[in-house]
Amino acid sequence: MKRNTLLTATCLVLGLTAASTGHAHRAWMLPSATVLSGENVWVTVDAAVSNSIFYFEYHPLGLDGLIVKAPDGAGLEPQNQAQTRYRSVFDVELTQEGTYTVEIRNDGLFGRYNLNGEAKRWRGSLDTLTELPADAKDLELTESQRRMQVFVTRGAPSFETLKPVGQGLELVPLTHPNDLFVGEQAQFRFTIDGEPAKELDITLIREGIRYRDQVEERVITTDAEGIARIDWTHPGMYWLETQVETSSKLPQVGERRLGYSATLEVLPL
Amino acid sequence: MKRPSLVPLIAAVGLLSQGAVTATEVSLELEIPQLPVAEYHRPYVAVWLENDQGRHLADFALWYDLKLRNNEGTSWLKDMRLWWRRSGRQLSFPVDGFTGATRAPGVHQVALANAGQVLAELEPGQYRIMIEAAREVGGRELVELAFAWPVASARTVTGQGEYELGDVRLQLKP
Repeated sequence: MKRNTLLTATCLVLGLTAASTGHAHRAWMLPSATVLSGENVWVTVDAAVSNSIFYFEYHPLGLDGLIVKAPDGAGLEPQNQAQTRYRSVFDVELTQEGTYTVEIRNDGLFGRYNLNGEAKRWRGSLDTLTELPADAKDLELTESQRRMQVFVTRGAPSFETLKPVGQGLELVPLTHPNDLFVGEQAQFRFTIDGEPAKELDITLIREGIRYRDQVEERVITTDAEGIARIDWTHPGMYWLETQVETSSKLPQVGERRLGYSATLEVLPL
Repeated sequence: MKRPSLVPLIAAVGLLSQGAVTATEVSLELEIPQLPVAEYHRPYVAVWLENDQGRHLADFALWYDLKLRNNEGTSWLKDMRLWWRRSGRQLSFPVDGFTGATRAPGVHQVALANAGQVLAELEPGQYRIMIEAAREVGGRELVELAFAWPVASARTVTGQGEYELGDVRLQLKP
């Protein structure tokens, strides 16, 4: 039932109900390049929600919560933002040498309750809990924290923007995410609130699904240290995704749903 | 180029020749495998007849989601990319005669629309029944069953899919 969770979360992000779509739409960002050199360097990033990875066919991704960090850690304003029928787009000028991180965070609190025998849904945060009617019955609260990342490097890769914050589900690179090559193994540690995420299933889907018969989805499980070891056999853009359900640390909240996804580029040697 | 659908053409010929239908019994059975995936959608399936040069002769069956609002189910028909090129893109939907709802995993007898009439019109030669399946958020697969026409003695032609289709069995009895 993992997929349904993602579906619900994505739909909530989009302001849709799961019932109205019936499909597992995936949210993703796709950068025009991840390894760049020279002066006057820009990347353009597409952001969309779709059934089939990296194809624009369903909905543009909302860019609320978009954060771009320069190699020195400073926040940057993404430029030329636009939303078209099936995708959102924005540009980032890479004025510094090193690794930029483009990230979208969606944190929220979801509630279900009964009011006078009618099932209701609510979305908010701890601060807006008081919005809920006093006579709401059977209140169930779920916490959701999702993060989506893209990494882009001008010149030599740097690690400043890749430092974990110790909150939620995170990818901690042991191999730099802009230093991925066919024939080599990448190692990423996954953590939940800074602790190793053991036996976590990491899904990888390579671009170009339209040009092959099978999706060829790969699932890699993290070890006791939370480390996923990925042997790259084909070059291309990959969508990496993982999610986990735990119980919330907040006393009034039941379930906690954590999600992480990233777009990674693997180059041929 | 807009190629007229062969089905009405054959039907008309059948009418003129007072419903010439081959005496050969043709039946097709196909298996839709159970798949251990998190998100499962029933596959779309197209079954058609072509000659050994790959020329499409007739559509025998098309299973797709025909109950969706605004004919939305047709947006995935192109995922059966060979059938779409050979036939689908020339049709206007909804079409009558050979379409049906998608099927759950299991073994299914395929109703071959107008097969008796279509086959009665065939020149002797080599032909293929093509079965193409495509699943949303899943894969696509093609299985071909070759046979000689006319059929001299009873025979069974079998095929085996690996992903989207299981056992496929064509039985021909003169």
